[in-house]
Amino acid sequence: MSQTKASVSELVRHWQDVPGGLMPALWSIQNAFGHVPSHAVPEIASILNLSVAEVHGVISFYHDFKTEPASAHSIKLCRAEACQAMGVRALETFAEQRLGVKFDEQGPLVCLESVYCLGLCACAPAAMVDGKLHARLNEQKLGKLIDECESTEAGAHD
Amino acid sequence: MTKTITAYVPADASAVALGADDLATEMAQYCASAGIELTLVRNGSRGLTWLEPLLEIDQGDGHRIGFGPVTPADVSSVLRSIDEPGSEHELAVGRVEELPLFAQQQRLTFARVGVTDPLSLDDYLANEGYIGLQNALQMSAQNIVSRITESGLRGRGGAAFPAGIKWQTVLDASSNSHPVGKGKYIVCNADEGDSGTFADRLLMEGDPFCLLEGMTIAGIAIGAEQGYIYLRSEYPVAHATLQAAIAAARDRNYLGDNICGSGKHFDIEVRLGAGAYICGEETSLLESLEGKRGMVRAKPPLPALAGLFGQPTVVNNVITLASVPVILAKGAQYYQNFGVGRSRGTLPIQLAGNVRRGGLFELPFGISIREIIFDYGGGTLSGRPAKAVQIGGPLGAYIPEPMWGTLLDYEALAEIGGMLGHGGIVVFDDSVDMLEQAQFAMQFCAIESCGKCTPCRIGSVRGVETLEKIRANEDRESNLILLDELCETMRDASLCAMGGLTPFPVTSAVRHFPEDFGGEQNA
Repeated sequence: MSQTKASVSELVRHWQDVPGGLMPALWSIQNAFGHVPSHAVPEIASILNLSVAEVHGVISFYHDFKTEPASAHSIKLCRAEACQAMGVRALETFAEQRLGVKFDEQGPLVCLESVYCLGLCACAPAAMVDGKLHARLNEQKLGKLIDECESTEAGAHD
Repeated sequence: MTKTITAYVPADASAVALGADDLATEMAQYCASAGIELTLVRNGSRGLTWLEPLLEIDQGDGHRIGFGPVTPADVSSVLRSIDEPGSEHELAVGRVEELPLFAQQQRLTFARVGVTDPLSLDDYLANEGYIGLQNALQMSAQNIVSRITESGLRGRGGAAFPAGIKWQTVLDASSNSHPVGKGKYIVCNADEGDSGTFADRLLMEGDPFCLLEGMTIAGIAIGAEQGYIYLRSEYPVAHATLQAAIAAARDRNYLGDNICGSGKHFDIEVRLGAGAYICGEETSLLESLEGKRGMVRAKPPLPALAGLFGQPTVVNNVITLASVPVILAKGAQYYQNFGVGRSRGTLPIQLAGNVRRGGLFELPFGISIREIIFDYGGGTLSGRPAKAVQIGGPLGAYIPEPMWGTLLDYEALAEIGGMLGHGGIVVFDDSVDMLEQAQFAMQFCAIESCGKCTPCRIGSVRGVETLEKIRANEDRESNLILLDELCETMRDASLCAMGGLTPFPVTSAVRHFPEDFGGEQNA
């Protein structure tokens, strides 16, 4: 634990004198640990001369910042209009059933996340799986991606 | 004699999502084993997304023959076919620059996208890059701003505010006293969150120096020394590309101290968002850049007078800033000559959703919706009749077939109750349920509202509930009236465009597709 704490402070100090450095500081922590641990919040606040409430407020405002350790894999399926026009609603149901989780819930191995637009609207439906982009999805392709996640232990974001 | 070819495989996110990285690997392996000397360029996307991954091969004559969409399994047959005169590979599309849907465009802002190596500064310079900056360095600040005003360039982010007037306001403003803020700022809004839009992404991934040049010119014009690109986290490819381009530009003195020996200083930093749609709204974006929750600010004060860290700030969209170099290189009149009415220049139209040929087409303002869907897009991909198009992102209106003669310009769309926004068009076939789309618009607003003002925060939730009752045929008539009143409140009383424009997709769906809301006309 003490090692983790040291690393947090090291990461945050880098942004100490940068105007508006809280967001990049949080990103650097999340990139290092996979989430922003709650015990890190007071330390972040103290180094950046902010209140704990301010830091917590920022973490909780943004969908991307996670406060719990992430599942080994993440599937972010785009649920916005262009993907809807290409049948993503059926894929949403398919993915929830195959994975046995609801959207934005942590599964044992895979977290199925909503994302509203990956900018791949001309080759919809699209998803980002462990940081890798996939387009023109159908049940077969998405099923294969889910299989791949389930057959390996750790994802690219670890 | 060893055969030598140059091959282009896009590194653009859409091409990558369709397998371009595997294609590039296979090209390298195949050529190595076949004794072909390969120069592989990872270009941007030409925007012809239905052909991605689009492999282009130049055998040394300067002509690029296209093949698409190509999978790794096609590589050997494609490369064999180029050696056999008269043979036509089934994926061959001919010379890419002569493809009608490419050649018919007026690519001003996207002139280099798909053509050059996005990360080669030499390539950029060899293709008219940084001419605009060199011209700007010879001009007075006021002359640069006047040239932008004369060009008629309007903000491409959606609000269509004249860019020159915004710049003029910042030029005329003086810095404020602030504990953190110094001088003035250029902020590039690259939080392209609207579904159906990807022009910013294509530009940043395909020609990042163009954006950097536009921002640098803006900085010199208004006297800013620091620029920020606020980029959404959903664009990892663009992030890497921008970072690399900034480093290359700094190396060669196009950013940093003493730009091109002019004595002027300007630098750019990329800041990553964190998945909040509302941060595409400029004041929310500024809050986020300051390291806060992305809560919308009340205006006034305008960001042009008190923006980032309390200082006068130009906030422009990617395409707005990327249109600046060509205006400075070729003149205001050159740009002005494109377009119709008060919509001058070109518009990168993004065609998406259920459409055979989706992608980006840069055209002068004034093409009709129908021409775009059918002449460019080739109709729906599903082959079913097209029923509706949503123009301008999740806050844009749904437009029915009888209105598709409308021209794509800011004023014409406003007249039919729509908005052009960032130029994204999403096509839906007749299987779409417009009540479901209306409900999604409210749902999306509920998810993404910053929560500062009540009409948006509560109105959207009530909107979802009311539409659910309409679906269940529960007091349908009175609930439709309630929905209309709710929309009116959101439109008139919300603090920003999120709550203010969410009613557009909702009311347009009710008005134009009453059959999906239970039958009766409800105009």
